[in-house]
Amino acid sequence: MAKPKFAMYWAASCGGCEIAVLNIAEKILDVDANFDVVFWPVAMDAKYKDVEAMADGEITLCLFNGGIRNDENEHLAKLLRRKSAVLVAFGSCANEGCIPGLANLTGGRAVIETAFTTASPDNPNNVRPIYDYPVAEGELHIPKMYETLKTLDQVVKVDYYMPGCPPESHQIAAVIDLVIAALKGEAKLPPAGAVIGAGGSTVCDECSRKRSEKLIKEFRRTWQIPMDQHECLLEQGILCSGVATRSGCNALCPTANMPCIGCYGPAPDVVDQGARMMSAVSSVIDSKDPKEIDRILDGIVDPAGTFYRFGLASSLLHRAKA
Amino acid sequence: MQRISIDPITRLEGHGKIEIFLDDQGNVANTYFQIPELRGFEQFCVGRPVEEMAVLTNRICGVCPEAHHMAAAKAADAVFHVDPPRTGKLLREMLYSAFYCADHTTHFYALGGPDFVMGPDAPVAQRNILGVIHKVGLEIGGKVITMRKYGHRTVEIIGGRKVHPCTSIPGGLSKGITQEQRDEMEPMARYAVDFALFSLQLFKDIVLKNQGYVDLILGDIYTHKTYYMGMVDANNKINFYDGKVRVVDPEGKEFVKYSPNEYREVVAEHVEPWTYLKFPYLKKVGWKGFVDGKDSGVYMATPLSRLNAADGMATPRAQEAYEEFYKTLGGKPVHQRLAIHWARLVELLYAAERWVELVTDPEITSDNFRTIPTETPTEGVGIVEAPRGTLTHHYITDERGLVKKANLIVGTTNNYAPITMSIKKAASSLIKAGTAPTEPLLNMIEMAFRPYDPCFGCATHSLPGQMPLQVTIRNAKGEIVDVLKQNC
Repeated sequence: MAKPKFAMYWAASCGGCEIAVLNIAEKILDVDANFDVVFWPVAMDAKYKDVEAMADGEITLCLFNGGIRNDENEHLAKLLRRKSAVLVAFGSCANEGCIPGLANLTGGRAVIETAFTTASPDNPNNVRPIYDYPVAEGELHIPKMYETLKTLDQVVKVDYYMPGCPPESHQIAAVIDLVIAALKGEAKLPPAGAVIGAGGSTVCDECSRKRSEKLIKEFRRTWQIPMDQHECLLEQGILCSGVATRSGCNALCPTANMPCIGCYGPAPDVVDQGARMMSAVSSVIDSKDPKEIDRILDGIVDPAGTFYRFGLASSLLHRAKA
Repeated sequence: MQRISIDPITRLEGHGKIEIFLDDQGNVANTYFQIPELRGFEQFCVGRPVEEMAVLTNRICGVCPEAHHMAAAKAADAVFHVDPPRTGKLLREMLYSAFYCADHTTHFYALGGPDFVMGPDAPVAQRNILGVIHKVGLEIGGKVITMRKYGHRTVEIIGGRKVHPCTSIPGGLSKGITQEQRDEMEPMARYAVDFALFSLQLFKDIVLKNQGYVDLILGDIYTHKTYYMGMVDANNKINFYDGKVRVVDPEGKEFVKYSPNEYREVVAEHVEPWTYLKFPYLKKVGWKGFVDGKDSGVYMATPLSRLNAADGMATPRAQEAYEEFYKTLGGKPVHQRLAIHWARLVELLYAAERWVELVTDPEITSDNFRTIPTETPTEGVGIVEAPRGTLTHHYITDERGLVKKANLIVGTTNNYAPITMSIKKAASSLIKAGTAPTEPLLNMIEMAFRPYDPCFGCATHSLPGQMPLQVTIRNAKGEIVDVLKQNC
């Protein structure tokens, strides 16, 4: 019997998701033993033309990472949707837009403007990339950049969501085990639309730091204070996103004495990660005086970037108003 | 006029594309290497706290996040006018040395090596890491996996995470290491030294003892005479983490040596409308197009250019390997691009020896790993050597340390012009009137850019290496006359 087919693809991404999959080490052999890997640019000689030639739904499982930044990304998302029985939004870019989603604060045109007017270009004629450009020998083409970065489920239907920047390798290994068991009829896949490869609570629940319901008079930045290794970071005034963020990473960053930056996306039942963070932040402020509250809130120097660091593209805000 | 589109349809998935135009005789008239994507970090870093650059910009590249993490952290140190204490610097450099060992290993064994171990014209199905393991033995495959695992484990211990480390902050790190952690890492560092020596021997046995390969390396197809860039310490020895950037001319003479904050006096970026990526060049020489020589501002930033730009290596066994490298290849500077593969292994040995030095330093477990900044943040530049070239991060902030302007020149971007030239030369040398391009020929074109280890994760989000290519040859009317495929 032919083995089920596995694919992994990156759109506008950094490659960290692929590295995270490679870091499952010997587990890769299980993937190899149980799947026919038909398309995976990082690990093998991939077959893009072959993907187009496949029957619809022929790929059993496709892990799709990266955001939708241009028309080419969208084309590939639609192609792989059509060819895949199960399409997983893999990693923060495909799920929430991740850090590159912060571009939605200003839009695609501003991205291009800034890239070509930064400190070092020598660009006296104010040249910008041109999508269809005639050169002496013929015409050259580059993909069209979108004004708004989109998440995967904003362009195609997604079957499962696997968060993280990148998803942790032990979570990837567990998902692979589950899928293999399900294919053998030994386990059931979760209902369509579920979040997989992550925990069911918040990073705070995984964090070993001590919480003492302490309120604060001041927000502080990581470089400003000697952060205590054992006390809750938010209660030290450090903007830690653990309370609004889904568990699954074993609180990696707080364990390394750094705040959670929210890469696993909104916690279960949280619609908007940023809104949840704002309510958490307001609940630790030790004041009832509006003026003092304003002063304390001024300590949050970059609210949009802090609360929507990973989730802007998928948030209720989505992007800045055009 | 015929047109050959070499579309790297998978590994770069449209994120990199080569267009070759042939004249009426069938000779190469021109080539274009296009980079068709931009995510725009320089835009959306604006408004963010500068201390977050170390965790935001490492999302530029998940293959070398350590490089962006370090360049951004050093730039933030400069913005706050703060110098980390010795232990802070040692820890950062140790993380970085371990990362280098893992990264250079990946390139040599999985990406660049198969061309030599298996041969440029070996069957496509064998010209990959699995083919290498089958040829050299399963035991060596195990060694490679162990080396990568040790590298990532050390990154995790110091940086908090295997991918996208998080611990570097202005003035040092958020945490130090325990004695137990140190004890866990020392054997990893010692393993890396043995592994690097083993890899250099493997290169000698497989490549240098094969006259065909030596001829290929020394031949003209893959040779360009350009300027070379690399970071050096106070003794002009290679350093990946800190120092000044030195540039030598095509004759090997020092052209300039600059501190990070002087980079704009040295480097400018040329813009073309048919690509999203800019072409850095030496400002004082000027942009003269995609041409070799002393009058052209094109420079290269790779392992080979670092060797060319330095006077030697700071560790003993790497210095021996360095001397042997130049003795074998006929003295400095070496212009042959395929020698980058060998230079990478010389650097692997240096990174491993440096890792041992750092993990055995008596101060490595000290609690003095951080200095809290006291000065008002302003502006700063941080430079490290990424495996694929000099990496520059530059931030200007307001008095609260919020970024007002960001400028990033990443490793592979430095090499955009030289890679373009290498592709053009290989294509022009190999595609001639009356000869049809064949599959091995396509791989020979691929071999022109593979030594650079182009990391378009940084520039366009992909991984380097065995790039599947499809070549469509059309006649002047645009009709397809032939389609050649490789790995696709």
